[in-house]
Amino acid sequence: MLRDITIGQYFPGDSLIHRLDPRFKIVMTLVYILMLFTGSHILCLAVGTVYTVMAIALSGIPLKMFIRSVKPLLPFLVITAAINLFLVDSGDVLFTWKFVKITEGGVNISIFMLVRIVLLIMGSSLLTYTTSPIALTDAIERLLSPLKKLRFPVHELAMMMSIALRFIPTLIEETDKIISAQKARGAEIDTGSIVTRAKNMVSILVPLFISSFRRADELATAMECRCYNGGEGRTRLRQLHAGYRDVIALTVTLIFYASAITVSILLK
Amino acid sequence: MPILETQGLTYTYSVGSPFEKTAVDHVDLSIDEGEMVGVMGHTGSGKSTLIQHFNGLLKPTSGKVLLEGKDIWEDKEKIRDVRFKVGLVFQYPEYQIFEETVYKDIAFGPRNMGLDEAEIKRRVLETANDIGLREELLDRSPFELSGGQKRRVAIAGVMAMEPKVLILDEPTAGLDPAGRDKILDHIKAYHQRTKNTILIVSHSMEDIAGFADKILVMNKARLFCYDETKQVFGRSEEISQIGLDVPQITRVFDRLKGRGLDFGKEVYTVGYARDLLLSRLSEREGQ
Repeated sequence: MLRDITIGQYFPGDSLIHRLDPRFKIVMTLVYILMLFTGSHILCLAVGTVYTVMAIALSGIPLKMFIRSVKPLLPFLVITAAINLFLVDSGDVLFTWKFVKITEGGVNISIFMLVRIVLLIMGSSLLTYTTSPIALTDAIERLLSPLKKLRFPVHELAMMMSIALRFIPTLIEETDKIISAQKARGAEIDTGSIVTRAKNMVSILVPLFISSFRRADELATAMECRCYNGGEGRTRLRQLHAGYRDVIALTVTLIFYASAITVSILLK
Repeated sequence: MPILETQGLTYTYSVGSPFEKTAVDHVDLSIDEGEMVGVMGHTGSGKSTLIQHFNGLLKPTSGKVLLEGKDIWEDKEKIRDVRFKVGLVFQYPEYQIFEETVYKDIAFGPRNMGLDEAEIKRRVLETANDIGLREELLDRSPFELSGGQKRRVAIAGVMAMEPKVLILDEPTAGLDPAGRDKILDHIKAYHQRTKNTILIVSHSMEDIAGFADKILVMNKARLFCYDETKQVFGRSEEISQIGLDVPQITRVFDRLKGRGLDFGKEVYTVGYARDLLLSRLSEREGQ
């Protein structure tokens, strides 16, 4: 159950996408999101789809993984589609039954939103699938570094993010263990009524909280022992280098974005 | 009479994925009622996976687990009853403590069984006494206690369900020698009082050798051997070969044997070694 979570999961590899500079990848993902949300014409999404398929193919990560990333959001997708389908009232009426009225506009919009969200999830999964958490936080730190001038704690934020990402698998494992231990004492966790289940959550959450605090404490001590005192004067083991490859990839992304805008202006 | 049996028990993790791994491979076992069994094996030998089958936390990929002759998975709805009959104490059990007082935490298991207050109280007091927790500790918060005391609270939490089979996974891991001896002594006393079946998983032969009736050794997902303690230590060479430590005193006597001083008996506790040596010496003096 808990092992299906793919948030922040990284698949090591050596594809073109893997080797891109993480800073460029973040910028490209932002451009990609803009691309999906500027156009309102169906062709804009076609451009986005082509771009996504291309990127996924280049990453060498099985399509199955991307489908899995969409799965947890399925209920959300269904609800969004249903709301659009039943509530949008524009264009020809396709179907009526009592108070239910489905219009052409509704069908269009619900399909449009569905594809848009699926592409959004797949595209952002591509970023985390192909970029190690460390590289990702490094890149965020660098991209946000201008904010340092405004006294924004950029380094601290990046450090917190990388620690949080690092501990996701550890905490999942820990939760699994605690669940087994309480089950062994007869706690009903995946059986029984909702009330007993909710009560039994306490027996999992309390130990989990305590062990998180313990871990945080130990980690802080370990970091202090290695003379960590913030980002000031800290050098990096891995320097980020942007190359021609990254520039080309960004250019391609921008061209896609430009064509999406063109399409939506021309076909208005 | 066997209380716990396995027939062709096999468990494979992540079937169908690239991480597929068989952790327990065709294990046939039969554990008699009232026995004290030591479970040994290397990290990754499958011993932890094996014991999680005994109380139905894991469902076998194939094969069966029989408790008192009945397949525990025969009725899926009744799997909780199996957990009350086979108590499992995990490694570092103190991390599962969550209640405000020691009393409440020990009472968690019995309460899940649906017992009445009077019975719960009797069980809590009795197990606290068994495991050596003074009565005034019962109203304290478990989080104020020392590491060894917390461990004993967690063990008491499982013992209070009065399981017919008690399984402890490395109950002494990470404790100082005094804390370790204390826990082992209390477990021994509990065994003598209740005559229940007990399985103790341990890395250390020294810990087990002193009091286990039988020893079960797992190696690379398979059952390496399950036999009486002295028979198992009779195979000390094979056991060393699979990377497990035999007790130091056994190694001393193996060396002596190599040099021609054969006592003709398997030695695995220091006390027994002393008796053996003394009797040998007195024989000599007598001649």
